[in-house]
Amino acid sequence: MSTQLFGEKVPRVEDQRFLRGQGRYVDDVLVDTPSATLHAAVLRSPHAHARILDIDVSDVIDMDGVHLVWTHEDLAGAMAEPLPLLIPHPALTHGRTQYTLAKDTVNYVGEAVAFVVADDRYLAEDALGRISVSYEPLPAVVGIESARAAENLVHDDVPGNVAARMEQNVGDAPTAIDAAPHVLELDLSIERSAAMPLEGRGTVARWDHDTSRLQVWTSTQASTGVRAAVAAKLELDLGQVDVICPDTGGGFGVKINHPWPEDLLVTRAAQVTGQAVKFTEDRREHFISAAHERAQEHHIRVGFDDQGRVQGLDVEFWHDNGAYTPYGLIVPIITSTQLLGPYKPANYRVRFDSLYTNTVIVTPYRGAGRPQGCFAMERTIDAIAAHLGLDRTAVRAANLIQPDEFPYDQGLIFQDGRPLIYDSGDYPAMLEKIRKLIGWDEFEQFKAEAEAEGRRVGIGLGCYVEGTGVGPYEGAHVHVETSGKVKVATGLTTQGQGHQTAFAQVVADTLDVPMEDVEVVTGDTRRMSYSVGTFASRAAVMSGSAMHLAALRAKEKALRLAADALEADEADLKMVDGSVQVKGSPSNSIALGTLAVLSNPLRYAFDKASQAATQFSVGDQDKPPVDEDDEPGLEGRDFYSPNRSTFASGMHAAIVETDPETAEIKILRYAIVHDCGRMINPMIVEGQIHGGMAQGIGGALYERMAYDDSGQLLNASFMDFLMPYVTEIPGEIDVDHLETPSPLNPLGIKGAGEAGVIPVSAAIAAAVENAEGFSITSMPISPAELYDLRQRHAEHTSTTSARPPKQDGSGEESA
Amino acid sequence: MTSTETRHDVLLTVNGVPHRLNLPARRLLSDCLRHDLKLTGTHVGCEHGVCGACTVLIDGKPTRSCLVLAVALDGQEITTVEGLTNPDGSLGCVQQALLECHGLQCGFCTPGFMTTIEAGLKQQPAPTDDEAREMVAGNLCRCTGYQNIVGAVHRAAELKRDSR
Repeated sequence: MSTQLFGEKVPRVEDQRFLRGQGRYVDDVLVDTPSATLHAAVLRSPHAHARILDIDVSDVIDMDGVHLVWTHEDLAGAMAEPLPLLIPHPALTHGRTQYTLAKDTVNYVGEAVAFVVADDRYLAEDALGRISVSYEPLPAVVGIESARAAENLVHDDVPGNVAARMEQNVGDAPTAIDAAPHVLELDLSIERSAAMPLEGRGTVARWDHDTSRLQVWTSTQASTGVRAAVAAKLELDLGQVDVICPDTGGGFGVKINHPWPEDLLVTRAAQVTGQAVKFTEDRREHFISAAHERAQEHHIRVGFDDQGRVQGLDVEFWHDNGAYTPYGLIVPIITSTQLLGPYKPANYRVRFDSLYTNTVIVTPYRGAGRPQGCFAMERTIDAIAAHLGLDRTAVRAANLIQPDEFPYDQGLIFQDGRPLIYDSGDYPAMLEKIRKLIGWDEFEQFKAEAEAEGRRVGIGLGCYVEGTGVGPYEGAHVHVETSGKVKVATGLTTQGQGHQTAFAQVVADTLDVPMEDVEVVTGDTRRMSYSVGTFASRAAVMSGSAMHLAALRAKEKALRLAADALEADEADLKMVDGSVQVKGSPSNSIALGTLAVLSNPLRYAFDKASQAATQFSVGDQDKPPVDEDDEPGLEGRDFYSPNRSTFASGMHAAIVETDPETAEIKILRYAIVHDCGRMINPMIVEGQIHGGMAQGIGGALYERMAYDDSGQLLNASFMDFLMPYVTEIPGEIDVDHLETPSPLNPLGIKGAGEAGVIPVSAAIAAAVENAEGFSITSMPISPAELYDLRQRHAEHTSTTSARPPKQDGSGEESA
Repeated sequence: MTSTETRHDVLLTVNGVPHRLNLPARRLLSDCLRHDLKLTGTHVGCEHGVCGACTVLIDGKPTRSCLVLAVALDGQEITTVEGLTNPDGSLGCVQQALLECHGLQCGFCTPGFMTTIEAGLKQQPAPTDDEAREMVAGNLCRCTGYQNIVGAVHRAAELKRDSR
């Protein structure tokens, strides 16, 4: 048996091409055939809300180098209908989706209005400048407050701007709160942000008249979804459409939505022009026409006992879903369920309104509603601790689900429609680890010393549980070629997570073949046409498990073939380094490649290996060459479809310093304890955590979508939307792991992709609050906002009684 | 490209190979590299000079290729990510360091980091940790959280010292 690769820090196989500049991203596709490729550009609405009175394209039609210009009027059939509502939910009573090209009205700045295809992108953009659109501006609904007030409506037929209203109950929270010894109420909010991968969206399509087939390359998290959507909209059979997700420059959620208007317009244009057509989104377009997330306001009422044990938790929140709801209610449903984290409130009620605004659509961004939920819950726990004068870790400890309580049923329905049942975890051990890692007990002394020097420092904690690996399924196909090389495919796509490496580790282990002989393909519908997609930290759990199962099938067949060939009992055989061997007799073995030859009885020999497989050389003369219950080839195909999600968890702790003069917030130390079950490749897992944490710091301190009241996005560039550079990320991040295996899948794994981002705002808000001595209830927080809070707090304390300001107080008692 | 646009003759030497091109004045260097020369290793992340993904070396100086017109570079030497590989095809020191340190995930920003580090290490062959961070402080990465990229700067410096 070769060394096991599962659990090893195996270097990534995909890096070779990336490092050499030989990655193939969507804008690189067909670059070698420039004359045959046309380029698309999209005219977008400059208004957040307006009626389209007229579109005049006459100046464009005769432009040299322009091949077509379309508005809504030029679309027919399914293309002229609204885009699909991907995830319908019974509570989504007023779901709305946009048209491929706007019909009659526009509902956000950036909505697609017209589409041009030209010889190159420069000319296509020239053409956009010559299209004249007259609009009648309508009042814009921007922000949750304006949506709730409903003085203006985004959609005339959606009363109150409410797309959906949903409620879940466990026990009777209002009664339990009224009966509790202590009650607090809090208002907590998080602003809009976005995934912002460095590569934007992009789609290339080529129509083959000879075979009536469409080939699509797109930077997506769901190639099978794009395939189905394009086929439906272009009224093609599924079998006529191939979708390939090439190398992708990050996704972080935003590329899960599909089809984008451009996917449909580009594919249709390829059909109409008979030439390849490419659309590559630019950065401004990404800001105003892809998707955002995060904006939510929460009102919390909590009742608890003297130890801080939550007896009733009542959460009401308002979710800004933007102008349309193509992705349903996934984000607010996740907030409403995952808010509970590692805790077990005795009674829980959650209600939310999902509200329309005249802004870019909202679909999941890494964390997908969990950062908001975690912020709401952790701020609540901190407020309880402050109210009771207890240590914040003690209040957490009092509320944690205990290791012997798994599987733990939270009594709620999760985003996949399945019960929210945590499969495994050890939250008390994790709390101990994070306390040690950050130096929780030593902090008071450090704080005292710092304060003596006139410095302000604070410590904070954020704990979360993340449902990962949601269904319905993923599959894998393992094909052992006659060379002995193993070609593997799974349908979900890759945006930089190192799937080619991690999945190859799993297959190499299961088949006991050298890693370098395993080649993994993801997101190509020609290789695996059944798949769901990459989201919800599901790739390792779903496709990793499917890889293992499919490789087991191939292994079973290899052993069966080898038993025949070696005239041995299957039980006496084992796989060793690319061959099957009789146990205790290493010389008595047969290579996997030879077994692949034998698996496929041939009529025609084309090389030396295949000579051995012709019907004159192979098989029992009394049996058919391929048994009734068998098929030719050394392959394995299987699907993994779990009953429900598996639950990863983690705790972050931050020590920050706030500048007494400038209110600048600096992270002095950051520590992470993380549990994603068994790790396939700890190097990749740590990379995911680092990256998630950096996005979390962006969300906590810098990133926000600055819309003005008219719905213009004022910071739609990297100059103004402040993503962290290396200078904004602490130099050292301490990461420790806990590995509680999931009982739900054969490898014991849980997802790791989103985890790093989830508790960062919660931990940093807590640390800033601890440093400043007044509540932090809204994130992100800039130095200017912290400065204003200081001013307001100083005014407040000077105008009220002589009572000293309450340290760490984050709420008012209402009972 | 239509015939109405005035075109200009330029000579660009890219990764040591001279290219005679006839380009419209508005052609960005990034587009010229990617579309005219098929050197798609240079990536475009923002088109306004902030993210650094498109960074190439012009006469050895790191430059945002999305902010430069190709016709303005007549006679100049350009190095792209494709030019960082050793003549024998093995990975150059900066490439090797990023591989060893897991300094990349999606790989989209990576070429810009590598050209930046390549130039930075010429100026500071043995950077301190602060200097290493400063060296890559003008480039955005959305995947890695930068920890391993900073590690790779140090490792690349080591590899360069060892290879001398």
